[in-house]
Amino acid sequence: MAGSTPASLSADAPRVGAAAPRKSRPVTPAREAWRRFRRHRLAVASGIVLIVMFAAVALGPIIWPVPINDIDFAAKLQGPSWAHPLGTDDLGQDLLARLLYGGRISLAVGLAAMVVAVVVGILVGALAGMSSGRVDAVLMWLTDLFLSLPQLPLLLLVIYLFRDTMKGIFGVEGGAFVLIVVVIGGLRWMPVARLVRAQFLSLREKEFVEAARALGASKTRQVVQHILPNALGPVIVAGTIDVAAAIIAESTLSFLGLGFPSDVPTWGSVLRDAKDYLDIAPHWALFPGAAIFLAVLAINFIGDGLRDALDPRRVL
Amino acid sequence: MRSTRAESSDASVCVAEPLLDIRGLKTWFKTDDGMVRAVDGVDLHIDRGETLGVVGESGCGKTVTARSVLKLIDMPPGRFEDGEILWQGRNLIPLEQAEMNKIRAREIAIIFQEPMTSLNPVYTVGDQIAEVIELHQKLSRKQALVGAAEMLRLVNIPHPQRRVHDYPHQFSGGMRQRVMIAMALSCQPKLLIADEPTTALDVTIQAQILELMQEMKDKFGMAIMLITHAMGVVAETCQRVTVMYAGKVVEEAPVEALFGNPRHPYTQGLIRSIPRVDRAAEKKQRLEAIAGTVPSLLDPPPGCRFASRCKHAMEVCTRAMPPLKEVGPGHFVRCVL
Amino acid sequence: MSGPQPSGETLLSVRDLRKHFAITGGVFSRVVDKVHAVDGVSFDIAAGETLGLVGESGCGKSTTGRCILRLIEPSSGEVLFQGADVTKMKTDALRALRRDMQIIFQDPYASLNPRLTVGAIIGEALTIHNLAASRQALEDRVVQLLETVGLQPDHMRRFPHEFSGGQRQRIGIARALAVEPKLVICDEPVSALDVSIQAQVINLLEDLQEQFGLTYLFIAHDLSVVEHISTRVAVMYLGRVVEIAPSRDLYDNPLHPYTEALLSAVPIPDPTVKRKRIMLQGDVPNPIRPPSGCHFHTRCPIAKPDCAQRVPELRESKPGHWVSCHYRG
Repeated sequence: MAGSTPASLSADAPRVGAAAPRKSRPVTPAREAWRRFRRHRLAVASGIVLIVMFAAVALGPIIWPVPINDIDFAAKLQGPSWAHPLGTDDLGQDLLARLLYGGRISLAVGLAAMVVAVVVGILVGALAGMSSGRVDAVLMWLTDLFLSLPQLPLLLLVIYLFRDTMKGIFGVEGGAFVLIVVVIGGLRWMPVARLVRAQFLSLREKEFVEAARALGASKTRQVVQHILPNALGPVIVAGTIDVAAAIIAESTLSFLGLGFPSDVPTWGSVLRDAKDYLDIAPHWALFPGAAIFLAVLAINFIGDGLRDALDPRRVL
Repeated sequence: MRSTRAESSDASVCVAEPLLDIRGLKTWFKTDDGMVRAVDGVDLHIDRGETLGVVGESGCGKTVTARSVLKLIDMPPGRFEDGEILWQGRNLIPLEQAEMNKIRAREIAIIFQEPMTSLNPVYTVGDQIAEVIELHQKLSRKQALVGAAEMLRLVNIPHPQRRVHDYPHQFSGGMRQRVMIAMALSCQPKLLIADEPTTALDVTIQAQILELMQEMKDKFGMAIMLITHAMGVVAETCQRVTVMYAGKVVEEAPVEALFGNPRHPYTQGLIRSIPRVDRAAEKKQRLEAIAGTVPSLLDPPPGCRFASRCKHAMEVCTRAMPPLKEVGPGHFVRCVL
Repeated sequence: MSGPQPSGETLLSVRDLRKHFAITGGVFSRVVDKVHAVDGVSFDIAAGETLGLVGESGCGKSTTGRCILRLIEPSSGEVLFQGADVTKMKTDALRALRRDMQIIFQDPYASLNPRLTVGAIIGEALTIHNLAASRQALEDRVVQLLETVGLQPDHMRRFPHEFSGGQRQRIGIARALAVEPKLVICDEPVSALDVSIQAQVINLLEDLQEQFGLTYLFIAHDLSVVEHISTRVAVMYLGRVVEIAPSRDLYDNPLHPYTEALLSAVPIPDPTVKRKRIMLQGDVPNPIRPPSGCHFHTRCPIAKPDCAQRVPELRESKPGHWVSCHYRG
């Protein structure tokens, strides 16, 4: 009965803390979020791991100046040694150098695809959320349509169709990069759009937005100043997950041979090349696999931490 | 509904063992910023069949006190730091959840402010009331459902036989609160804790619910602990009143004494800060506001918690917490004045 | 139709205001029903007075307030502010109107943008309407406004979540005052606040009215608060005004049976006062299908059969005391 209803103390306990401004420094929402994020140990550790990874791939070629295409058949399929800390592949190429280089591409693809997905998602979601009626309905139909498409076959088809055109415009590597980013990002914006629309629908009815309208704020001002900043928390969380998903998608494409040209190493393509030698050179597959695993896991943990830190219920 | 007030106000200082006796209760909450002393040494008691009003502003600890009685506090972050809750002489604090469940609903029932969220939307109200009856009275489902319809009839819900099969969303706010009361009373508890039962309701519906509670009390003879911030509601329904401020009881008195001769500056401020509908003739005077805001319960100052907002505050007030002293029959106040 | 007139110079006239919310359903969002939130409301507000608007939840009082500001588009009717019809205003005229008419909200937690500093919240209106010549001028004005509502200048760099409910409500008031409005619509400004804080805010609103010559439309469900602050009071029930009278007159001699019941239901904080209580039966009917004739006839203790047929007009029973009932006044 009533006795079994969970006790919520929100009415009494937390409010007392906020009774009066007591600290001398203003507590910005960002600082508050950072304080909460720091309490999430796993997320902080993941953040450090990710920073180390970024630093490694950015500075890697300086610290470990071994060319990625140096073929040395004498040293092929070697396990880890001082000369080759992560071993070598079937052409005797140094795996550490290839993974450092490949990491640049994988992480860059992940980040760029996330940016594409988030930007498109925010645009579509914001437009749908601010306009009611027909525009909203059409945009949501479009979103549902994209969600219902079979992703992998479409990915393959688009890449197959446009690979040569893009190569002509941006060059071999650039073309592949732009195409993969656009395709991965272009198929991942829908959840963001839905999220943003839902946020907009609830936020635009909030009294502080109404207050802005009562003050004569234009629609742009309402969106930019009041609605969007309050809608961003969950979008940032969704964005981090998107980075991880895009890294995996790129690996999948590379694994299938549809990513970058075969001589350009990415984490996915190194893994693909290693698959035929699993029994004699397991290290070859192990290290790129571990890199993908670690990056994706770290990003997901950061997403978890951000979700707790940016929970709108705690800020509002 | 005021008829019972006079005779039991004197009885409140009687010698018999009180139904519920809370002594020095401290319920604290561990938060990121430190220990929040939500309830910080509360003494109050309720006698059989009386209505005790517990008044105070949000954050004064009145809800936490009520939930502590039924041990509905999430632990952690909450914890009982000190004190005892004597239910008919038996301390509830060391009891296991299984033991508590025998007391909940059957002996002490609670109704909440939000009748919308206290009912489960996927079950019919009949099922929900029947579940309580089934659980505590060892009846069959069929008998329990008959009992549920009977309870709905008791709380004046029209067409109880039919309404028993309705879902919570098919009831209005006032009707839902009636359902909650029916559920709470279905095991004929000795004490009903009503936590702001009318705050979410309109004034005409509030009047209906308060009258219903009085009617039920007369019928079942239970005691009521009415938690509210509305002084008007207290004046019209309670025999005795406990005023809380920042986790402490600041005044306790029979209702006439409290409103006729409030002794604590906070109680005085509360009563005087309310505009009065019945005093249209002498109006247009400024309201007497209490300055400032409720202090943080994180690091409460050593002295009187109200000192920073008190008109009469003296140097001594900031040094030590004044004790609760008796200033009249059954009238206690925590103030040096 | 001429509505109930106040004594002084009229600042705002509301004439037969209606707002129907469409309820859509089905795949093609057809309109399946309408909620008659505001169903033909008329009243005037004189410059410098406070008109209280009371009623229970769902009676349309907040919708009326928002329709006057055109935060919600009214379905029909006129809102004349200093003679100009607000309902027909284009974007520019409406923007200019925002400097004369402001609103204070109920919920001090939802009404302030949590991501902006207090200074930015209060200064927003000054930026929108170019009311500050420089950054310094803007800051000075914000400080002045903070002091006007009883806050400290250094509060401008803080964020809303650092303040208590009463302080947040002061910030909301300062935001409304920034444009130096003539009319302020107070939508339940104290009902979310603790009792001891309510009095602070009510006193502040009264002081500001005196200081700046403000006119208030004070919307609330708490009759004692409305009685205290208002010059005249309008009582609403299911989208219609049932009674308008000078505050004291209304509370001393309520004419409409609903007003009477409402007043008698207010608990009095004095155990020695004994009153006869008129207990209304049942709940407020569903505004999608309001009762025919007089909306109140289903709960009215004095209803007669023809109350279900004829809609009562709001008519002047005594000078300044208007009531909409066939059998009273």
